[in-house]
Amino acid sequence: MATAVALIALVALNAYVLLAGADFGGGVWDFFATGPRRAEQRVLIAEAIGPIWEANHVWLILVVVLLFTCFPAVFSGLAIALHIPLTLMLVGIVLRGSAFAFRSYGSSDDAPQRRWGRVFAIASVLTPLVLGICIGAIASGRVGDMLDRLPQRGATESFVSLYVTPWLSPFTVAVGALALALFAFLAATYLTVEAENAELREDFRRRALWAAAAVFVTAFLALILAWSHAPRMSAGLIASQWALPLHILTGIVAIVAIVALWVRRWHLARVAAAAQVSLILWGWAAAQAPYLVPPTLSVGNSAAPRSTLQLFLVVLALGALVLFPSLTYLFRLFKSDRARERAPERSE
Amino acid sequence: MGDLLAARSQMAVSLGFHILFAVVGIAMPMLMVIAEVRWRRTGDAMYLELAKRWAKGTAILFAVGAVSGTVLSFELGLLWPGFMRFAGAIIGMPFSLEGFAFFAEAIFLGVYLYGWTRISPRAHIAAGMVVALSGAASALFVVIANAWMNSPTGFQLQNGSPIGVDPIAAMLTPAAFPEVLHMLLAAYAATGFAVAGIHGFLLLRDSRNAFHRRALVVALIVGVPAAILQPVSGDISARYVARWQPTKLASMEGQFHTEAGAPLRIGGFPDVNAQRTRWAVEIPGGLSLLAFHDPHAVVRGLDAVPRRDWPPVPVVHVAFQVMVGLGTYLALLGIWIVIAAWRRRDLAADRWLMRAVALAAPMGFVCIEAGWTVTEVGRQPWVIYGVMRTADAVTPMPGLIVPFLVISALYCFLGVIVAWLLYDLVMRSPVTREGDAAATAPAAA
Ligand code: HDD
Ligand code: HEM
Ligand code: HEM
Repeated sequence: MATAVALIALVALNAYVLLAGADFGGGVWDFFATGPRRAEQRVLIAEAIGPIWEANHVWLILVVVLLFTCFPAVFSGLAIALHIPLTLMLVGIVLRGSAFAFRSYGSSDDAPQRRWGRVFAIASVLTPLVLGICIGAIASGRVGDMLDRLPQRGATESFVSLYVTPWLSPFTVAVGALALALFAFLAATYLTVEAENAELREDFRRRALWAAAAVFVTAFLALILAWSHAPRMSAGLIASQWALPLHILTGIVAIVAIVALWVRRWHLARVAAAAQVSLILWGWAAAQAPYLVPPTLSVGNSAAPRSTLQLFLVVLALGALVLFPSLTYLFRLFKSDRARERAPERSE
Repeated sequence: MGDLLAARSQMAVSLGFHILFAVVGIAMPMLMVIAEVRWRRTGDAMYLELAKRWAKGTAILFAVGAVSGTVLSFELGLLWPGFMRFAGAIIGMPFSLEGFAFFAEAIFLGVYLYGWTRISPRAHIAAGMVVALSGAASALFVVIANAWMNSPTGFQLQNGSPIGVDPIAAMLTPAAFPEVLHMLLAAYAATGFAVAGIHGFLLLRDSRNAFHRRALVVALIVGVPAAILQPVSGDISARYVARWQPTKLASMEGQFHTEAGAPLRIGGFPDVNAQRTRWAVEIPGGLSLLAFHDPHAVVRGLDAVPRRDWPPVPVVHVAFQVMVGLGTYLALLGIWIVIAAWRRRDLAADRWLMRAVALAAPMGFVCIEAGWTVTEVGRQPWVIYGVMRTADAVTPMPGLIVPFLVISALYCFLGVIVAWLLYDLVMRSPVTREGDAAATAPAAA
C-alpha cells in the first residue's frame, strides 16, 4: 500500500512538472522575449498561463501534503537538510505568483507592468533551478547521508558541511540546469500549439529547438557528473532492471519531439515533449527505488501507519472524483482549440 | 534572538500574513456572487461593475493567499520537523482534504475570472458559488488541524511515539467545532465590515454615489449577521477552553490563583512576578459565570501548573481583551444597523452610522490577528498541547534568524504593494450618482 501511495506522489509530481513546469518555462521565455514580436510573445505567454496557473500550482501542494501525511519522516528529513534551497524556492514561488497577478490584475500603466514582468521572469528562472537542485541533492544520496550523521555529529560538524554541501555540488547544479531547460522546452513546445499566428509559432518553434539542445547538453553533463558526485545514482541508472528500456524509450521520445517540431507537427511535438519529461522523472524514480531519500529512507521504513494510508487512499479517490471533471472543464474551457477560436477575452 | 524564538516569529509572521488573504478568499467570493445575482435579477449595471471589480481585487488577494499558503505548508517542515514527524500521519488528513478544496477553489476561480463571456450566466454564478464554498471548506479543514494541536486525540503515546493512529478520531477533536464556527464567522464579519467600511468612508464624501451605496448594502448583508453571532460563538469557544485548556483560560483572564467565583477582568495588565493582574475592572463571579455558567464554579488559575508550563501571560491577556473589545463594538454596530434598516432609514445618508462603519473597517482583521494570538501563544510552551513542547519540535539548523528576516522582508514588500494596488482599484471607482441614467440602464455586457 505504501508503494501505491509513493507512486501516486510521483504521478502528482509528474503533473506538477508538466503543468506548472510549463508555466515556469513560460516565464523563462518572457525573460528571453526578443525580436520584433517581443510584445506579442509576452501577451501569448500571459494568456496561456492566466486562467490555469493557480490550479497547476496546487499539484505541488498535493505532493507536499501527501509526503507529510504518508511519509512524515521523509518530509521532515528533507525539510531539515534542504532548508536553504527550499526557502529560496519559496521566495521564487511567492515572487513569481504575486508578480504575475499584480501584472495581470493591477494597474495597466506601462512602467509597473514592465517592472512586474521582470520580477515574474526572474523568479520563473530561479524556481526551477532550485527545484532541480533539490532533486539532484536527493538523488545524489548526500541528503540521506547528512540525515544519518545528524544525530551524532550535529553538534560538532560545521554548518556548511551539514546544511550546504549536501545540496550544492556540480552535479546538483547540473540537474538544476536540466530542470530549467526541460521546463523551457515544455513551455515553448506547448506555446507553438497555442500561438494563433504563424510567425509567433515560428518564434516558439525556434525556441523549442534551442531548448531541446540545452536539454541534451545539461542531461549529458548531469550524467557525467553523476559518476563522480552521485555514484549511487549512476549505479542505479545503469543497474536497475528498468533502466535500459526506460533510457531507450526516453531517447526515442526525445527524438520524436524534435523531429515533430522540425516538420511542424505541433500536436505531436507537444505530446512527445510531455512524454519525454515524464520519462526522465520516472527514470530518476526507478534509479533510486525503493528509496525516497537514499540511502536510508525507503518506502517501507518511512511510511505512516496503515490506518492513515488507507484513509488517505479513500480520500484521494473521492477527491479525484471531484477533481478530474473540474480540471477537464477548466482545460476544455480555456485550452481546447475551439475555445481559442473565439477571441481571447479577459475580465478587463 | 535565539533560534527557537526566530522560528516562532517566522511562523507567526507567515500565519499572520496568510490569514489576512485567506479570510478574504473565504468571504469575498460570497460578496461577488451576491452582487452578480443582483445584477442578473435587476439588470442594474452597477452591480455588474461591482462584481467585476471585486473579482479583480479577489484575484490579486487570492494569488497572494495561494503563494503564502504554499510557504506555510513547507514551513511546517522547515521550522517544525519534529512536530511534522510526529503529527504528519495523524493530522495530514485535514490538510489533504484542504488540498482538494484548494483545487476546487483555484479551478473555479479561474473559470469565474476568465469566463464572463464564455459560459452561461447560470454556470458563471455556480462557479462563483463553488469558489465561495470551497474557500469555507479550506478554512474548515485547516482549522481542524489547528484544533487538534489544542486538544490532541486519535492516538496513544508509547515511548514518545504515536501508536494506534486514528485520523478520523483526530479530526473529531473537541476543539474542532468551536474553532471552526468562530473562524468562519470571523471571516465573514471581518471581510464584510472591511468592505463596508471602505465604501462607508467614501459615502461620507458623497452619500449619493450609486456604486458605493450598492457595495455597502452587499457588504453589510454578509458582515452584520456574522458580527452579531460572533460573541455567542466566542462564548462557546471560551467554554471549550475553560474545560480543555485551563492554563490558556487563566492566561486569557489573568487568573493567577485558583478560586471559586472568579471575577471577570476587563482590561488590565498581568504582572507575572507579582502574580496578579493590575488595573482591571473586575465583575465579581463573572468569569465563573461565563466559563461554566455558574457564578460559584471553581476556575483553575495559573498556579495549578508549574511556572515552566505558563504561556507568555501578558501577551495572551492583552490579545484577548483586544478581540473581545473590538468584537463587542462590531456586534453592537451590527445591532444598530439592523435596527436602522428595520426602520427603513437611509443608511448611507446617516453620517454618524457611516462614521461608525468606516471606523470598523480594520477591526475585524485586528480581532482575527488577536484571536489567533490568543489561541497560539496561549498554547505555549506546547506545540501539541500536553504532548510535545515547541522547543522539541524546532529544526536543528542554526541561524534561523536569517530565514525569518528574509520572509519578513518579503512579506512587508508584498503587503505594501497589495495595499497600494487595492487603493488604486478603490480610488478608480465610478462616480455615477443615484438617479443618473447609467445607474439604472440595462446591462450592456
Ligand atoms: C472577527 C473576528 C473575531 C471577533 C469579532 C471575535 N473573535 Fe474570538 N477569535 C477569532 C476572531 C474573532 C479568531 C481569530 O478567529 C480565533 C482564533 C482561533 C479561532 O478559532 O478563532 C478566535 C479565538 C477565540 C478564542 C480562543 C479559542 C481557542 O483558543 O481555541 C476565544 C475564547 C474567543 N475567540 C472568544 C471571543 C469572544 C468572547 C468574542 C466576543 C466578542 C470574540 N471572540 C470575538
Ligand atoms: C489553522 C491552522 C494553523 C496551524 C496548523 C498552526 C500551526 C502552528 C505551529 C505548528 C506553530 C509553531 C509551534 C508553536 O509555536 O506552538 C504555530 C505558532 C504560531 N501561530 Fe499558528 N497555526 C495555525 C493558524 C494560525 C494563525 C491563523 C495565526 C495568525 C495570526 C497563527 C499565529 C501563530 C503564532 C503567533 C505562533 C507563535 C506562537 C508562539 O510561539 O508564541 N496561527 N502555529
Ligand atoms: C498552518 C496553517 C496553514 C497552511 C499550511 C495553509 C496552507 C495553504 C495553502 C498551501 C494554500 C494555497 C492553496 C492554493 O494554491 O489555492 C492556502 C490557501 C488558503 N488558505 Fe491556508 N493554510 C494555513 C492556514 C490557514 C488558515 C488558518 C485559514 C483560514 C481559516 C486558511 C484558509 C485558506 C484559504 C481560504 C485559502 C485559499 C486561498 C485564498 O483564498 O487566498 N489557511 N493555504
